[in-house]
Amino acid sequence: MNVEVFDKLNILANSAKYDVSCASSGTKRSNTGNGIGNAAAWGICHSFTEDGRCVSLLKVMLTNYCIYDCAYCTSRRSNDIPRATFSVNELVNLTIGFYRRNYIEGLFLSSGVIRNPDYTMEQLVGVAKELRTQHRYNGYIHLKAIPGASNEQIKQAGLYADRLSVNMEIPTEPNLKMLAPEKDHQSIISPMGIIGAGIIENKYERKINIKAPKFTPAGQSTQLIIGATNDTDKSILDLSANLYTGQNLKRVYYSGYLPINTKDTRLPAIKEPPLKRENRLYQADWLFRFYHFSMEEIVSDSHPNLDLEIDPKLGYALRNPWLFPIDVNKADYEMILRIPGVGVKSAQKIIMARTYRRLNFQHLKKMGVVLKRAKYFISCNELPTPTINELKPENVRKILLEPTPKKLKVAGDGYMQLSLW
Amino acid sequence: MEIYIYDKTFEGFLSVVFYAFETKTTPFKIMQRGINQSMLFSKEIQIVTELEKSERVWNGLLKKINKKNADMIYRVFLSELPDVELLLLNYIQLVFSYKRSVFGDFGNPIVAEVHDIHKRVSREAEHTLMFVRFKKTADNIYFAPFEPKYNVLPISIKHFKDRFADQKWVIYDTIREYGYYYNLFDVQEIRFVDSNISRSGDIDKSILNTEELVFQDLWKNYFKSVSIKERSNKRLQMHNMPKRFWKHLTEMQ
Ligand code: SF4
Repeated sequence: MNVEVFDKLNILANSAKYDVSCASSGTKRSNTGNGIGNAAAWGICHSFTEDGRCVSLLKVMLTNYCIYDCAYCTSRRSNDIPRATFSVNELVNLTIGFYRRNYIEGLFLSSGVIRNPDYTMEQLVGVAKELRTQHRYNGYIHLKAIPGASNEQIKQAGLYADRLSVNMEIPTEPNLKMLAPEKDHQSIISPMGIIGAGIIENKYERKINIKAPKFTPAGQSTQLIIGATNDTDKSILDLSANLYTGQNLKRVYYSGYLPINTKDTRLPAIKEPPLKRENRLYQADWLFRFYHFSMEEIVSDSHPNLDLEIDPKLGYALRNPWLFPIDVNKADYEMILRIPGVGVKSAQKIIMARTYRRLNFQHLKKMGVVLKRAKYFISCNELPTPTINELKPENVRKILLEPTPKKLKVAGDGYMQLSLW
Repeated sequence: MEIYIYDKTFEGFLSVVFYAFETKTTPFKIMQRGINQSMLFSKEIQIVTELEKSERVWNGLLKKINKKNADMIYRVFLSELPDVELLLLNYIQLVFSYKRSVFGDFGNPIVAEVHDIHKRVSREAEHTLMFVRFKKTADNIYFAPFEPKYNVLPISIKHFKDRFADQKWVIYDTIREYGYYYNLFDVQEIRFVDSNISRSGDIDKSILNTEELVFQDLWKNYFKSVSIKERSNKRLQMHNMPKRFWKHLTEMQ
């Protein structure tokens, strides 16, 4: 490795870092015998940056040269920044060198658009192919699918990558048109459709022939930038719901807008990225995916934006006091999941444990229930304590308002989301 | 008051369980042989490790609880926490006294405690997969010293064997002073003769592979460049990556 690689790594990691998706989970790829690596199904973080985010993958761009000029992007062609391009060899050596030392789970490769989308996609596929076939590398690979690339290239990518992502970035079409005039939602949705269809087709194929090669086994994801436009949380979450159910996406990532191109007047002048809002969106996303909530229960036309002061699950409980208190010894799983202060794991424990004995506060505490929150919303085998109905929602809200801003925040990924409620 | 003395192996512990069931006694304490801690007014009973007996206990367990739950007992044993043997003996007594599996009885304090320790041990085993850092030596062995809070290497190495099947490696627990060596065929337990390396895990730069320092620098370089300074949150970093691991983390040097 020569000195040049250091500079390239600096430049191309720097431009890639704003892409938040760090997940390397969702695949189980076993070592083929004499090759290197496997992909653990749960994904492993190998380090944490100063901002607390998980480092799981070597996340770099193949090149940060770009023919497009998206307003929200550091790599846009009108920016005067250092540019570089990796050679296939350099990338392969870096990936394998890092992987063998247990620094990373694998490679996350994106790219600026060079020449045209199809050519760019071909270059990305080339790297993945080299790793898989020449170096028998079985670790994780996440490739960015470039909007506008041909179906053929997208399909090739799916044969070598564990996950593909096409970033929506801007939630609504008019705003996208304003900030990224060369892009439109159609060119983003279309590769998603191809990947989605490929995944379904592959599942069917592998049912018949277990040896058929896997196609994008960890599914696809996308990213939305938050706070660069005036889109409401409702329009963002409705879009997410559509992507999860309509396009079968595995993850939607929300990335608080960082004021990068400050001179561009199409973008809002903000000093700090909207981290709190980003966090609330992740919580809402989790309610939708793991807590059996519908998006209408989280945001609606009457309250299109999430409450920044309280988490969306508590918000729901305060808006619907008549559902409480919930009897933890009798209520079904769905209702128990709706109790603020009860997570998925504690809810499962409650369901199991109450078949052995009637549960009281002490038991719940041992099972990881945050009683400080939950006690206003439950009844159990114990003397009644004042609940939301006696105290009134607005007072419960006051009591539960997060007092110190010093609390651990979730950055980007939902790594510690489960323990948040 | 009886104290059982055993050899600190898991088989030894299962022999203890066998003895307790056979004699229908529960000791006041279960202790490791050789630890000088004589107790007043107590009677020491030496338990000999017998594989046949330990196997009988294990098979008996598998009749009452599933494999995963039985493995949980082993993993909790690896915590090496004070009096964990007594807790596990109590747990196993529960296992045999219940009509169905004790697994879900989170309302029972013994079951809850076992689950709680299991969670902590599993977390530490995960930390191994996350924070082990290999250094490549001149003779092409990838070496990683590690300091886990609990004795988790036995349950972590399978992951490394699967993942790094085509490279020789050593993962070494410098607290308990033993480790595992994978020679491309199988994994062997090893101990360094050099007590300095055994305790510190430090190896001389001169025996590193020529490309090793380059990769370390590249990695540090990468790590620095991916932090977003507008989002600095060192508390979260420390929460996710406890300080006690930093000593061997290349990127934190
Ligand atoms: S196409 Fe991608 S790399 Fe190019 S300017 Fe737009 S967002 Fe940036």
